[in-house]
Amino acid sequence: MDFDLSEDQRLLQDSLSKLLKDKYGFEQRKGYMKSETGWSRDVWAAYAELGLLGMPFAEEDGGLGYGAVETMIVAEQMGRSLTLEPFMSTVVMGGGFLRHGATAEQRAAMVPEIAAGNLLLAFAHTEPQSRFDLNDVATTAKKDGAGWAIDGRKGVVVHGDTADQLIVTARISGARRDRDGIGVFLVPANAQGVTRRGFGTSDGQRAADITFDNVKVGAEAELKGGLALAERVVDETMAALSAEAIGCMEAAKDLTVDYLKTRKQFGRPIGSFQSLQHRAAEMMVCLEQARSMAMLAAMMASEPDAAERRRQMRAVKIEIGRNARFVGQQTVQMHGGIAMTMEYAGGHYLKRLTVIENMFGDMDHHLAALSEEGGVFLAA
Amino acid sequence: MELRFTEEERAFRQEVREWIDANLPAETRERMASGRTPTKAMQVDWQKRLYAKGWAVPHWPVEWGGQPWSAIKRFILSEEIQSTPAPTPLGFNCNMLGPVMVAFGTEEQKKHFLPKIANLDLWFCQGFSEPGAGSDLASLKTRAVREGDHYIVNGQKTWTTLAQHADWIFLLVRTDPGAAKQQEGISFLIADMKTPGITVRPIITVDGAHEVNEVFFDDVKVPVANLIGTENRGWDCAKFLLSNERTGQARVGASKERIRRLKLIAKEAPGGARPVMEDPRFRSRLTDVEVQLKALEMTTLRVLADENRALSQRKPNPASSVLKIRGTELQQAISELYVMAAGPYGLVSADPEADRWNEPEVAQDWQTLAQATYFNWRKQSIYGGSTEIQKNIMAKAFLGL
Repeated sequence: MDFDLSEDQRLLQDSLSKLLKDKYGFEQRKGYMKSETGWSRDVWAAYAELGLLGMPFAEEDGGLGYGAVETMIVAEQMGRSLTLEPFMSTVVMGGGFLRHGATAEQRAAMVPEIAAGNLLLAFAHTEPQSRFDLNDVATTAKKDGAGWAIDGRKGVVVHGDTADQLIVTARISGARRDRDGIGVFLVPANAQGVTRRGFGTSDGQRAADITFDNVKVGAEAELKGGLALAERVVDETMAALSAEAIGCMEAAKDLTVDYLKTRKQFGRPIGSFQSLQHRAAEMMVCLEQARSMAMLAAMMASEPDAAERRRQMRAVKIEIGRNARFVGQQTVQMHGGIAMTMEYAGGHYLKRLTVIENMFGDMDHHLAALSEEGGVFLAA
Repeated sequence: MELRFTEEERAFRQEVREWIDANLPAETRERMASGRTPTKAMQVDWQKRLYAKGWAVPHWPVEWGGQPWSAIKRFILSEEIQSTPAPTPLGFNCNMLGPVMVAFGTEEQKKHFLPKIANLDLWFCQGFSEPGAGSDLASLKTRAVREGDHYIVNGQKTWTTLAQHADWIFLLVRTDPGAAKQQEGISFLIADMKTPGITVRPIITVDGAHEVNEVFFDDVKVPVANLIGTENRGWDCAKFLLSNERTGQARVGASKERIRRLKLIAKEAPGGARPVMEDPRFRSRLTDVEVQLKALEMTTLRVLADENRALSQRKPNPASSVLKIRGTELQQAISELYVMAAGPYGLVSADPEADRWNEPEVAQDWQTLAQATYFNWRKQSIYGGSTEIQKNIMAKAFLGL
């Protein structure tokens, strides 16, 4: 049992932390948000230079062969700086689909492009009726000669507005909520019949509502694995999101504690009031419990037993959500009015944490499912 | 980063499990599985078995009966004991007084007392709190005045757990009332409970249990040889004692055992139209507690991995403060779930200490204990530094507030 980072991992953490200190001050971030893409191509190129974009891919595919712990390190740093770039969409999710579901030829064609920062991916799964259920797929894929024709609508495709390739779940057979009969397809964003409407998300990131109208793709566009593939990638993504949440919570906690020490009311620092001290201490308890779960997530991300991995990830997502909500809300409450403003970072942490809480299933969703699956500790 | 148990650690867990199965007396296991506390005889008998095996005080130095184990290995032993469930080695002896004596005692004291403490030949109780000194422990007033080779002790201790079983007591006394800071005039003594002038009076807690006591000292003569450490420096011993074995306070193994049992019980427990376990709201609450317990288990392992480091490389770990706060909250939450599962038959009151304790048998054993345990466990967030005191410590030590 060892929770320490290796020398290489520490190096990775330090170099990214240095890069973000340099390029991701809160004022710089505001500028990136206002740009056309809603994030920084310049920073994306710097990630590529650091090797972050090829991180999870096998070396023979042109990547670095890193694992979930490295992803955790990177995501945590990005959480601290509230980065806006499509790392989660392209590298964690897109990367996951390519690693587990693509052919060697597809990987050979795409991985070097992703690693170089030239190719962006996005995962299109949410539909108007699906809520958090990955198996609820009304979008269809029908045989069309040797290939497929895809029809349907996907909403809230994070970074779908700038992606070059979309990874789309579509129903090949069966009823809307069947677990069987779901295919995962690689669809070029500029294919005929794809219409994208980009919009901003509540945390200041970008997403798209995308319709597919008789979009024709080749037979090779279907990745191998169906729903199980999507669930595996989502589990890995939940691990990375948990780490990002840790970064957000830690930065929010630090910001809050600094404020408690400097803000004076009634002639003394407000941090001298016990009611605020106790709440700050509770924030720390929440952060540490959440951190423990993010570590569990990094460990479980590569668990081959899918049912076991799923159950543990649900537990992770629930606990991250609970603690993220407390830390986010208290960051605003203990700051007072200043954290209600767009000008100040505090409220932005609450926003990102709220988005993470509601991605890939909220607390109630996973609590219900985990209860159904027998809970965390199964009878021996 | 490697978060899995090694092959060797898993083999050790199996060895512990088999040894406990072969050595834990059936009556003890049965009593504990019903959720009752062990009798004195059960506690003593079990600890002697553990000591003979070398497992009563693995965290002590090897020369005094400890084991050259990693913190993880010690955790595995303690988790297996808790999850059987079997009695945990007496905390007052093994986690409190023992380590203090190892760190502060004289060679003579160590030779004479440590084996008896580890083997539970002498049952110690803790004389810290007083009617006027709870969270503000350093304000204690029990007075010890030196006269020749003795201290003459006068005063009162309270909340003294299991003093009715104890052979000896370790206590904090004021030896210098004129010291500049109240922490500076305190000494750490041990005393034979049979010494004339010591009176034990039971306190019955809301659940009806006799667990705690008042202990009165009326001109009690304690030999100076029973002073641990330096006179007036007893606060050092107390601080050392209170900072020890924080990982034990989380009691994750015990909570996992209680959850496991609750799941079996709730599957059978009548809940109107369906068993309690099939009520989605009950099940969801239960799962929610399990999730938090899983997080606490991981936090415990993080603190343990930290304890594996050389002392010089250790940083104060904020995760350790989490253990007491969340550990006690979760034990309390589990006790609430038992109350919910018991429903109206949880109203039946019994005396778990009595021989024929659940008679007339109106309700099942677990039902009669559900509310008593719930009431009793409110103590957990109060003793050993209340949740509020823990937060004061965190705010000061880790947040600099």
